[in-house]
Amino acid sequence: MEFKLKIWRQKNASAKGKFEDYTLKDVSAEMSFLQMLDYLNQQIIESGGEPVHFEHDCREGICGSCGIYINGRPHGPLTHTTTCELHMREFKDHTTIVIEPWRSKAFPVIKDLVVDRSAFEKVMQAGGFVNANTGSTQEANNIPINKKISDRAFDAAVCIGCGACVAACKNSSAMLYVSAKVSQYAMLPQGKVEAKERVENMVAKMDEVGFGFCSNTYACEFDCPKGISVEFIAQMNREFFSAKVCKSKK
Amino acid sequence: MIKLDSKIPKGPVADKWSNYKTSLRLVNPANKKKLDIIVVGSGLSGASSASALGELGYNVKIFCFQDSPRRAHSVAAQGGINAAKNYKNDGDSVYRLFYDMIKGGDFRAREANVYRAAEVSNYVIDHFAALGVPFARDYGGMLDTRSFGGVQVSRTFYAKGQTGQQCLLGTYSSLSRQIAKGTVKMYERRDMLDVVIIDGKARGIITRNLLTGEIERHSAHAVVLATGGYGTVFYLSTLALGSNASAAWAAHRKGALFANPSFIQIHPTSIPVLNDYQSKLTLMSESLRNDGRVWVPKEKDEKRHPNQIPEAERDYYLERRYPAFGNLVPRDVASRAAKERCDAGYGVGDTGLSVYLDFKDAINKQGKKAIEDKYGNLFEMYLKITGINPYEEPMRIYPAGHYTMGGLWVDYNLMTTIPGLYSVGESNFSDHGANRLGASSLMQCSGDGYFILPYTIGDYLADEIRTPRIKTDHEEFEKAEKAVRERIDRLMAVNGKQTVTSFHKRLGKILWDHCGMVRSEEGLKKGIEMVDQLEDEFWKEVKVPATAGEYNQELEKAIRVADFFEVGRLMCQDALDRNESCGAHFREEFQTEQGEAKRNDAEYAHVSAYEYTGNRQTELLHKEPLVFENVELKERSYK
Repeated sequence: MEFKLKIWRQKNASAKGKFEDYTLKDVSAEMSFLQMLDYLNQQIIESGGEPVHFEHDCREGICGSCGIYINGRPHGPLTHTTTCELHMREFKDHTTIVIEPWRSKAFPVIKDLVVDRSAFEKVMQAGGFVNANTGSTQEANNIPINKKISDRAFDAAVCIGCGACVAACKNSSAMLYVSAKVSQYAMLPQGKVEAKERVENMVAKMDEVGFGFCSNTYACEFDCPKGISVEFIAQMNREFFSAKVCKSKK
Repeated sequence: MIKLDSKIPKGPVADKWSNYKTSLRLVNPANKKKLDIIVVGSGLSGASSASALGELGYNVKIFCFQDSPRRAHSVAAQGGINAAKNYKNDGDSVYRLFYDMIKGGDFRAREANVYRAAEVSNYVIDHFAALGVPFARDYGGMLDTRSFGGVQVSRTFYAKGQTGQQCLLGTYSSLSRQIAKGTVKMYERRDMLDVVIIDGKARGIITRNLLTGEIERHSAHAVVLATGGYGTVFYLSTLALGSNASAAWAAHRKGALFANPSFIQIHPTSIPVLNDYQSKLTLMSESLRNDGRVWVPKEKDEKRHPNQIPEAERDYYLERRYPAFGNLVPRDVASRAAKERCDAGYGVGDTGLSVYLDFKDAINKQGKKAIEDKYGNLFEMYLKITGINPYEEPMRIYPAGHYTMGGLWVDYNLMTTIPGLYSVGESNFSDHGANRLGASSLMQCSGDGYFILPYTIGDYLADEIRTPRIKTDHEEFEKAEKAVRERIDRLMAVNGKQTVTSFHKRLGKILWDHCGMVRSEEGLKKGIEMVDQLEDEFWKEVKVPATAGEYNQELEKAIRVADFFEVGRLMCQDALDRNESCGAHFREEFQTEQGEAKRNDAEYAHVSAYEYTGNRQTELLHKEPLVFENVELKERSYK
């Protein structure tokens, strides 16, 4: 296979970036998308250039490091698939592939396709946890949890923190990311105790670090590689209003 | 001259840890905040260490090379986490978990450490439940368990095929909580390149800021390495591409002994190598062997589609060779059995280097829904990578480099041979002997970090309360930083023609062929020679583009690969020295008539711990004898 690649090149955070064109020949349909980039980089290095920087680690869809905007979609054309799981057999031979970093004010570009997602960390630190000290806990089976609820909490907990939801959203909203964590804990008895403080703190931090508002386009769910449902956004909204209402009564 | 002292407490194995804990000295809360601890690595063992130490009130600094602690490769552990809860009433106990691990490790692990790991396993599950980790539950709301290889009880807690992710994210949440409280400071996107030793004690580290290229100094009263395994030495492995040995190796160069380097687990169920461009091998969880049956055709050069091959013409070789454990034999046994069939010409796929893992019977019996509930994400992953739907035809699998039982030598306190330098999780050698049983890695990582290190490190720090904050302008910091800069300059200066990755691939191939699943004296000697030659070529021909003073992913790789030559050489040296077969270490000269591993307990019931003597030098071997007081040494049989 042969492709024309239009890749966003940007030397560093303050430099001005631009698209550069590359023609890549002898691409195998069996290559993963990132292996295709490895292959391109090998040729760039051998011809004395600087390789395209992109983030990746596990290459099996679970660490959330990779995240590239491919042909106008986060993680490329397949649903429920991370960039590293995407293979070249999904692309039509002799076409152009446009490759960009996540575009969001909250995720500034560091270099080429690498962005700074530390805003996610700040939101987590604002309340994405249960306040339980090591050693202070009781026997695990003393807290039975209905299987349906537990499975539902798991569905929210599978978020890999890649940022595709933010990249997909025209408002750069992080509602799906935040709601997945808020909902996971709000559903479980262990997390219920501080559910109200948690949702208030995390939402406030989310606004503070530069994520946009939610206008219910559902693009986030559509492009989430783990298929996290926008129903969690609804759940977070309920949690949030209930927290606010309780507070105003005081 | 280093003298190994494992510091194993006296007394019956079941009482050692509880008695010892009460004898350890404490640091009072007011003094804890004056004590700095560096934790390197933010996976399950590092993040649990840092959060537990932060909760205690120490001043913790934690480092990782990724952009977030949530990316660490613990996230990819699939099948589960063991604990001796006996929730299934099937006869499990702390002793039985201990026994299974000792036997599974082919009698090459320390009894006291393994017993302790089994003992704290139950607290780990309690703690994760309290952190809101959504483990699988049954309809009564109780935690569910499943079986794993090498055992006959059901003690593996799980969250679909994403148990590692859920345990890591739970631990990441407790770490985030401590970061918010200010007890832990997070340094992401840093590579640790050296450890700084002042007056014989570990007092800090040198890091490279991966975004700016800046070389930084960080000091502390103690340093904890939680830097994972070195399986990426094979280039193709189930590990994340960033996983590396450099931090542990830096400690080794500075005097920390490295134990059992040749004990590397080859995982039996990975998606096979599909093409030359492959950059990693994706694991298919061992839990799949609960329901999947492994087979190859009975005829060589079988060309039919697997679904067309009738039952009578299939060789379920694990069930045939090991009727008692069947498809659930331990990993080393399953890997070698697959290699044996493929080498004999029965392998399937284009390369003949794979076997089938078939779910037809399980789907017929339990229904597609039940299989999807248990393994849905794994089946999806397989489909995405191979384009083949495993609900409809068997998976093709082959062994791949996976987990390193070997690592930094530590005593019972998890301290290396350098005072004040600790190692937890996969980066130490302590709990798995010559072969790790499935689902015991998550267990060990979290046990080490949450429930062991916080006790033992306090005993060391009790002597440090009068030591003021360590200054980074000490000449040892100066020296270490200079050495790091020189090494980087040297790499940049080569300016050859070949990419770092091309060398890594070639090194991986040498080690896979000569120090992989089956080893021989001749092959290992050859392997060492080839590693030497390749290393020479690397330092003449490698090309690292751009400069060291900026974000440079090629330089990061080059630094790691430069260390892998030394790691690979030591692996071969150790494999050559160990004239026996045990666990994952299989020397073809030492096998039974049935082709099983033949141990030599009289001469090799010891830990081999190596002292660095300079690159290309034969490392100095120290032996820690293994004393078995609670289990009888016998041939490990799964028949």
